[in-house]
Amino acid sequence: MSPLFRPLSATDDPARDLLRRLDIEPREAPAVLWRVVRLAFRYRRRFAIAAITSLGAAFFNLLTPGLLGRAVDQTHHLLVSPDAGGGALGALGWTGALVLGASVLRGALQMASGYASEHLGQSVGRDLRVGFFEKLQRLGFDYHDRVHSGDLITRGMLDLEGVRGFIENGLQRLISLVLLLSVGSAILFAEDPLMAALTLSFVPFVAWRAANMGLRLRVAWTRLQERLAVLTRVMEENLQAARLVRAFASAQFEMAKFDVTGREALALANQRIVTRSRSMATIHSSYYLAMALLLWVGGQRVQAGVISIGQLTQFLAFMTILQLPVRQIGMIVNSSARAISSGKRVFEILDLEPAIRDAPDAQPLVKGPGILRFDNVCFSYAGGDGAPPALHDISFTVGPGQTLGIVGPSGSGKSTIAQLIPRFYDVTGGRITLDGQDVRSLQLASLRKAVGLVQQDIFLFDDSLARNIAYAAPETEESDLLDAAAAAQIHDFITALPGGYASPAGERGSSLSGGQRQRIAIARGLVPQPAVLIFDDVTSAIDAGTVQQLRAALQTVTDDRATIIIAHHLGSVIHADEIIVLEKGYIAERGTHAALLAARGYYARLFALQKSGAVDAREDVADRRQEVA
Amino acid sequence: MASMPAPRRPGLVEDRGDDAFTSTGEPGLKRLGAFIRPYRWQLAGAILAMLAFVATQVSFPFFIRKAVDSVAGRHDSLTLDQILIGFLALIGINAVTSYLNEVTAARLAQRVIFDMRRAMFEHLQRLPLAFLDRTHVGRIMSRLQGDVNALQDFFETSITAVGDMALLCGIVVVLFAMEWRLALLTLAVIPALAFVRARWVPGARATFARARDASSIVNGALAENIAGVRVVQGARREAINLQDYKAKVDANFEAQIASSWSAQTMVPIVDILTGLAMLVIVLGGGALALDRRIDVGVMVAFIFYVQRFFDPIRTLSQQYTMLQRATAAGRRIFEVLDVPVTLQDRAQAIDLGRADPVIEFRRVTFGYRPGLPVIRALDLRIEAKEVVALVGPTGSGKTSIAALAHRFYDVWEGEVRIGGHDVCDVTLESLGRNIAIVLQEPFLFTGSVLDNIRYASEQASREDVIAAARAVRAHDFIVALPQGYDTPLDQRGQNLSLGQRQLLSFARALVADPQILILDEATASIDSFVEADIQEALRVLQRGRTSLIIAHRLATVRDADRVIVLDRGTIVEQGSPAALLAKDGIFADLYRRSFS
Repeated sequence: MSPLFRPLSATDDPARDLLRRLDIEPREAPAVLWRVVRLAFRYRRRFAIAAITSLGAAFFNLLTPGLLGRAVDQTHHLLVSPDAGGGALGALGWTGALVLGASVLRGALQMASGYASEHLGQSVGRDLRVGFFEKLQRLGFDYHDRVHSGDLITRGMLDLEGVRGFIENGLQRLISLVLLLSVGSAILFAEDPLMAALTLSFVPFVAWRAANMGLRLRVAWTRLQERLAVLTRVMEENLQAARLVRAFASAQFEMAKFDVTGREALALANQRIVTRSRSMATIHSSYYLAMALLLWVGGQRVQAGVISIGQLTQFLAFMTILQLPVRQIGMIVNSSARAISSGKRVFEILDLEPAIRDAPDAQPLVKGPGILRFDNVCFSYAGGDGAPPALHDISFTVGPGQTLGIVGPSGSGKSTIAQLIPRFYDVTGGRITLDGQDVRSLQLASLRKAVGLVQQDIFLFDDSLARNIAYAAPETEESDLLDAAAAAQIHDFITALPGGYASPAGERGSSLSGGQRQRIAIARGLVPQPAVLIFDDVTSAIDAGTVQQLRAALQTVTDDRATIIIAHHLGSVIHADEIIVLEKGYIAERGTHAALLAARGYYARLFALQKSGAVDAREDVADRRQEVA
Repeated sequence: MASMPAPRRPGLVEDRGDDAFTSTGEPGLKRLGAFIRPYRWQLAGAILAMLAFVATQVSFPFFIRKAVDSVAGRHDSLTLDQILIGFLALIGINAVTSYLNEVTAARLAQRVIFDMRRAMFEHLQRLPLAFLDRTHVGRIMSRLQGDVNALQDFFETSITAVGDMALLCGIVVVLFAMEWRLALLTLAVIPALAFVRARWVPGARATFARARDASSIVNGALAENIAGVRVVQGARREAINLQDYKAKVDANFEAQIASSWSAQTMVPIVDILTGLAMLVIVLGGGALALDRRIDVGVMVAFIFYVQRFFDPIRTLSQQYTMLQRATAAGRRIFEVLDVPVTLQDRAQAIDLGRADPVIEFRRVTFGYRPGLPVIRALDLRIEAKEVVALVGPTGSGKTSIAALAHRFYDVWEGEVRIGGHDVCDVTLESLGRNIAIVLQEPFLFTGSVLDNIRYASEQASREDVIAAARAVRAHDFIVALPQGYDTPLDQRGQNLSLGQRQLLSFARALVADPQILILDEATASIDSFVEADIQEALRVLQRGRTSLIIAHRLATVRDADRVIVLDRGTIVEQGSPAALLAKDGIFADLYRRSFS
């Protein structure tokens, strides 16, 4: 046996081992599944309709074998005693009509139950989607820093479908299987216990095999998915690094990477096929084996006159009715396993409480002149055990019309200061006040309305440029929007586009250059006219000439608000009223440009270095695309 | 010189289409044959296994009939013991053929799918950058992933579907062989089914498509909101976004329910037709029995066959949608394979070996769009081990010169020579060994630090890697990482700073040990606070090589032997840095502008 086909289980308890591989904790599994089912209970009426119609369909399904048996007996009777004539044929007609009637009713009920189940599943899906979305929006930066967006998307799409799919299919199948088996065996045992036992003899074995297969396939599937994810990554990285791959002439190497992962995935896929095919072959065999025995024993009983041919037919017909639902046990088990692991992942998110939220007695911000104060602020990122604090003892005040410049190497805490102001994180020491009110005592909405933060990592939505600019204030006047765009030095560019302001920003704004995206983000920050404006290194890809114009234009916009400009290029902050030089979370130096130069410290050295060391980079960074275009 | 398809960079508006691919309009599934041909024996085996499997499936009710006949007192029938033995033998054959059928067919499908994906990926390696420049990675990925998966789904379900269809045919044959009159009566319901289906399909297809669209809209909105959650919270858009999202979720709900309704309407129809067929068997069987033309065994067998008969029909609607999707997917896959490779090794291309590192441009004209040359009649000779800096405003052609030296694109006119050979006459592989490029945005692959530094220089030992890292001053920060050189870089090295990532790409270039080094804006986006380290690393990197530097930092330019100032594709100034500053021309102006 090749190592590929060795049994998956490694411990003494194969079932437990399978569950472990599926990331299902056996002890908490029932609780999670019960919670999934309870989601459906919210729709009592729909749930009841789905259950009752399922029951009805199973009932009429169970009638059919008896009717068919009767028809066979009646026909046999015709053959044995031909003189029965027309009357017997009429009785046969009645039986046929009943078969048709049962089929019609069964079909109608089956349809109703299918529809009701899907309605139920979709309703639960809708609730979960909205709940998930709502929660994600409220979870703070601290959470989104830790959790990869790809993981959240997987939970919101695939895991959610896993839960919904169980309610839609698994639950319905489970109900009808239980009904068919319990009512069916009651009828059969009443007719003939031995024959009944033979008819149902395949059920436990098939149930066990199918359940086992369901779990194994689930494990195989999970592992295959992992490999495919790696394959995707290999392909995606290759395409994104197309220039590099060609520069190093490494296509062969890349193909080798593809082949290794691709073949692993292929081997897993083949293993999955073998698992499934084997199980299916055994399942079929056990079914037919039971049928063979039924036929043999039943045949002898007919010959002995214990039962009629019709009754034998009835037992055989029962077997065909049971065959499909019993085989579906694999699907039910698979679907429940998926619902458990997916449900757990979805509930994990739904149960989170955002760390940053309104205090119970939070007040709306009382509008004042717009004075921002940091009092001995300290801050450490959560989970950064042992890491030195990101900010240490930071104090400053910025009033309306004033500009604070913050410079320092990457990692010195510049962006952290910016993100503390709209309370994306809570300080771990000291306090931040806006017009004398501690930001932690304010209602988040009113605080964030007063703070306009243009973030370093520009994100544009897949919507028009106009809507992107008006994002924070969708009801804004058109003239305000145009003013903001003009101040951000992007108006001329936009009006020159064929679609003007209605042009799409593209898939994450990818059709715009870095400098254009930064200017759109600046315009977006200006539209809501906040009391405090923060620019987190958002001019790095804009050329020197435009930056000058931008600075002049912003001066008129910001003359009545507090402004913070963060940059690693010192040229951007020389006009500030005060400049803070950060180093490893400490304020290393502070003062005006002139004072800092005169102090001949770190800032002065950096300024000299940058002045001598740079033919302005930004011009050329602007975008290679422009050259291509 | 190869003629290139007119490259068109997607503008803001046209950006939405897949315009880099031209539709061949050929039905995609037809060309599958080329991928299946290598496995024709496996295919033949799979078909044989399937036929054998179907034959056993059709035989089971035959034994039931014999058993019933036997107990009903027909003396020419087999005995129960004989039937039992026959039945058991059949079970064995059935198990074996069922296994073989499924395994051979499914493995074949997996293999073909793998080959197709591989062929696409390989083709993409050979496509010129001119093509990739115009195409979103996401769009290509959707073909490599989504379309290939759609085809795979189709294959997987087709295997059962083809088996079901064969079973259907087998049943029809057996029914007619057993009792043709009853068969004719029973199968009279088939036209009704065909008619109902024909009426049902168009509407159902539309609702299914709507449901798919609605669900992708909902998922797209979720993904975007997650990616942009920081902006959402900064702009306090939570309430509005939730409102918008609710509307999309509701629309999705309606669409899903509508499609469910479409799907469910077929259920009772199949059931009603089964019921009708049963009625026909019961009445027709009775009538025939009255005339003594039929045995009760035949009737029982009919009942069993008819129950199986409608199973495949239930799944046909699914098959149909799947086929639609697979056809479209196949076409999109072949579109990728049909993109012409316009830039490849000539038949008689030579290996450059270890070339004399001289770069020469002879009256080179080149552009990306016809009629819009970026470089015009450029003459340039860079001597061995010379360090040349290219300076100039955006759009002046600096990056294009670097790209042409590496033959990322073919020139329109003139020629580019490396070591005295036209780049079109040497193999791309040997060109790649002689020239290393460091790009502005350092790209790191998922893998360890070690793997990234020796990317494409697999023969490099750990010691070589460490030596290179030391030389570019990356060693200290690497050993400070949790697992040193074996630290995995997650998410393309997001756990490192930009400067650190660039140092790794310098080490990568050093390990490759090229004759010619091109630095394409390699220091542009690096924090000026780590300037000194980078400058030192660059000096190490350039030592003993011909270097072409697209430069931003005066320190780099100052160390260059020659500065070339470009404007609109031509050389406007050149000379040593000191001479150019003294001359007070464009270069001097560029320098002054950065600190105003």
